Parts: sequence; structure tokens; C-alpha cells
Amino acid sequence: MIIPMRRPEGAAAREMEEKELREYLENIAKEVRWDIVRMIGLAGSGHPGGSLSCADILVCLYFHKMNHDPGRPDWRHRDRFVLSKGHAAPALYAVLARSGYFDREELWKLRRLGSMLQGHPDRLKTPGVEISTGSLGQGLAAAVGMALGLRMEGNPAHVYALIGDGESQEGGIWEAAMLAGHQRLRNLTAILDHNGLQIDGRCCEVLDLGDIASRWRAFGWEVLEVNGHDVLEICCALDKADEFDRPGMIIAHTVKGKGVSFMENNVDFHGKAPTPEEMEKALKEIEGS
Amino acid sequence: MRLQRETRNTRDGYAAALLELGEKDERIVVLDADLAKSTQTEKFKQRFPERFVDCGVAEQNLMATAAGLAATGKIVFASTFAVFATGRAYDQVRNNIAYSNLDVKICASHGGITVGEDGSSHQALEDITLMRAVPRMKVVVPADYYETREAVKAVAYIPGPAYVRMGRPKVPVLFDEGYRFEFGKARVMRGGRDVTVIACGYMLHQALDAAEELAREGIEAEVLNLHTVKPLDREGILESVSRTGRVVSCEEHSVLGGVGGAVAELLVEELPTPMRMIGIRDSFGTSGTAEELVEHFGLDAHHIAEVVRGFLA
Repeated sequence: MIIPMRRPEGAAAREMEEKELREYLENIAKEVRWDIVRMIGLAGSGHPGGSLSCADILVCLYFHKMNHDPGRPDWRHRDRFVLSKGHAAPALYAVLARSGYFDREELWKLRRLGSMLQGHPDRLKTPGVEISTGSLGQGLAAAVGMALGLRMEGNPAHVYALIGDGESQEGGIWEAAMLAGHQRLRNLTAILDHNGLQIDGRCCEVLDLGDIASRWRAFGWEVLEVNGHDVLEICCALDKADEFDRPGMIIAHTVKGKGVSFMENNVDFHGKAPTPEEMEKALKEIEGS
Repeated sequence: MRLQRETRNTRDGYAAALLELGEKDERIVVLDADLAKSTQTEKFKQRFPERFVDCGVAEQNLMATAAGLAATGKIVFASTFAVFATGRAYDQVRNNIAYSNLDVKICASHGGITVGEDGSSHQALEDITLMRAVPRMKVVVPADYYETREAVKAVAYIPGPAYVRMGRPKVPVLFDEGYRFEFGKARVMRGGRDVTVIACGYMLHQALDAAEELAREGIEAEVLNLHTVKPLDREGILESVSRTGRVVSCEEHSVLGGVGGAVAELLVEELPTPMRMIGIRDSFGTSGTAEELVEHFGLDAHHIAEVVRGFLA
């Protein structure tokens, strides 16, 4: 399913533009995946599966959708991004480094003592991190608070939050969902990285999320579903969410470990780093893709 | 001497501070969790409805939302009962607010045993311990209307998170309109050379009454108002204790890790001193009137005096 992009030019021009945008974003996503695998491999611990599954989404946000300025991380009118599934920090660090928030060399110090890149995002240590996350179910609520705060001051900035499907088992997600729906926070868009896996196995077997789209609708959100690895679909959905009169939920169907064949849909790589050999193999595969 | 004292709610002091702050500073935002009438944030809500958010009966979300609001540059006051603010929402307070070092001022009412009839589920007896243990968290337990009002105004502009504990009952007014709150500085309420009695919040007037009772017997108790439990006024406490050589801590709270715990941690390292702790001794609360419970758990002035007598004997 591809939602056609809205462009004023004719169909041919639009196709051309779409092709360029796709290539641009896919190239960055490839580099981001390479960085993710290398930083977790060098760290010797971390969460590759969920970082790779959300890489395309983060690239679309930071390299296409969001208004932000790496030179001014505290710019008042910047759009905000909250990584509610904080264990996907490597994906966030990779896009922040590529955006220019800090030197890319920092990536190779992930999880080390004294590093600006903690195991889970720390807003005091890492430029570009809006709020510290890691304890699941809380980032979305913080994003709701940000959206309320921006609306109070008439600030046009938009708030984005990425949540996980395992994370959606936390009650905090639904408390936040209820408040956002009640407040009709149209300046808030959440994206669900729906890769279907969590530490103990398949989400549907551990604790089934059921008809997740209906659940969000019932909480007063507008819901879209996209292929979470199709950058144009993601971008179109993000554009569409701007027009909602209430908070938007984009359910992104993704593959855990996407881009590294032996990690794909492999629950073992939820929270396990690749060995040095596996890392080399994975990096080669990404380079050749 | 203190037979007929004026009594007022500490919560009303909180409400007065919020109105004053809200008037002067547009960054002040107040959040509650369906207890605005109890915590008295209702008054702010009526005056500044656009800067008030009721999060409903969802205290965890209250704290996480407060963190997000603070991240946009607001100074956020988040209120509910102490037991929910610190226990139920502990993880949000720790990770969203304190770890992110955000300007969220958790102003909780209904701290301690004097919640009364509602019983143990609503009586926070571990909240000071929990909040003390969180890095970056400041802990303030004001004793009366004026001290609450001034403490709230002060913590608004002390960067980072803070916890202000208020009670349910009306308490004697100990200070006046001109009271100057000194954050982090224990206040000598009366001088004495025989023993240092350290108290805060609801226990301060009980400690003062106990000192009065003891004075009639020739025992001179120095009473310290430890309104700021964290950061602890190390110099103030050591100075007093080095003169008296004995300490009694009084708290409307568990003796495990609370006010007495904070004092003991300091003394055991810096100035080992014989000490007695008055507080709830590792138990849950129970239903009863506030007065009955204060006596039942030995928090009243007579009991404090009794402990001091036994200590000095």
C-alpha cells in the first residue's frame, strides 16, 4: 500500500521526486543500519533487533519530516522526538550523529564508562535527546506533556514518539493514550514499531495486543497503517498525520532485525550483541544491500 | 503557653503560593490527578484554567506528563496524595523527572498518619525515604501555613525536581506573614543545652510542646526545624548536636530511612552521638482520627517528652 504523495506538479514530476526522495532516505537508512550494527558489536551488548526495525522510521523523521537544527538543539520551535522504546537508543544515536548533533566517532564508545551515549537515552549527556527514557511506557506520556506544553504557548512545533509493541503492554502507554485523546492533541503523532517480537517471544503469544488499531481508535486517536520499511509510505503517513484534528497513531509494520538476514525475525537478537564475526558478516551484508 | 493557637491547613499555603507564582510567571503549570479539591490546586485551576491539566486518576501518567511539560520549559507543580505521588509513580518520578533533571515540583498532600480514617492505604509513611533516595531530588516538609507558602515559592526557582510534603489536618500556625524560608537551613526554634530535638512538618508543633513541657521540669531541649530534609543542613545539625550531645528525631513517618535516618547517617560518620528516633516503627497505619493515631503511634508531645526524659535519665 503506497499512499500517493501530494505534490503540485504532474504525475511524471511527482514520480521523479518520489524516486529521488526514496533513494536519499534509503541510502541514509543503510548507513544508519551499518552504524547500529557496528556500535552494538563494538559495545558487546545492546539491542540490535528493535534498533534495526525502527531505523527507517527514524530516518524519515530526522531527514525528511521534522523541523530541527542540530546546531541549536534547544531551539524553541524545533519538532520533538521521544524514543519511548528507549532500548532502541543505537538507532536514535545513529540518526543524531548523522544529523550533526555530535561527532560520529562517539558512536563507537556506546555503553562505555564516561561515554555520552548511555545504554538508554540520557538527555543530560547526549545532545538532541529530548528526554531520558528506558523504563518502558513512560516516553509516550512525556511526549503528551510536551505536546500540552507547546500547545499552551502557541508553539507550532510537533511532537513525535516512537513506541514498541512489547512496550504497549505497559499500562502507562494507555494512560498516556487516554489523556492525549481526551485533550485532542493534534500536535502529537506516535509511531508503533510493530515488529511482533519481544524478549520472551512473539507478542501475540506473550500478551496479545489484539486489534491494536481499534484500540487506539477507541482511545480517540486517528490511526494509519504503513509498511515500516517503505520510506515513502512512512513519509506520506507522517504528512497525513499533520492534518488530523486529534493525536495520530501510525502503526508501522516492521521486521525485527531488518536488514541483517540472520537477525531478521530472530528474537535472540532482541537484546544480544553480534559476536565480532557476526558483526563483520552483518556489516558486509548491509554494505552489499 | 500554647493553649489556644490558630490552626490552618498547609495545603492552603500551597494554594496561596501557586496563585502568587502563577500571577507573576507564565511558566507555572499545575497538574493534578482528580484530587484538585483535596490538594487545593482547584484555586489555581479556577484562576488559570489554560495552565492547569487534570490527568484523571492516573498518577503515573501525571508524573510522566509533568516531565514532558517541564521539558518544554515550564515549571510544573504536580499534586496528588503523598502515597500515590511517591509510591505508585515512583518509577516515573525517578526516571522521567529526576534522571532527566526536570523542573517538576511534586507537592503532595496527605502525607503521614494524620490522614486518619481512610486508613493505611492512604497514609504515606515511606514517602520521605523514597524521595530522599532519588538522586537530584530535594525534600521539603513544611510545618505550617506560612512555611508551606514560602517553601513552595522557594522550590519553584530551585532548579530540578523537588518533593514538598504536606499533611491533611489543620496545624498550629507557628510563623507569620513575614516568615523567611531558608532552603536547606535547619531553623533553631528554641535554644537548649540538654538535648537536640529535630522535627519537621506536623511533628514540629508537637516537639515544641514537648520542649515546653520539659522546660517546666528544668530540661532544656533545643528544637531544630528540619524543614529541608534533603539537602541536609549538615553544619546546623552538627553545631547543635556538638553542644547538646544527645539527639531525638521526630517524624510522622517510618523511622526507616526518613528524617531520623538522614540525621543518623550524618552523625554516624561525622559525630557519633546517642540518639533516639520517634516515628512509626516498621508498621502500616490504621484507621482512626488523626488525634487518636498520633497518640497511638506515640507521636504526641507527651510521648516525645517521655522519650527525652528516659533518654537523659
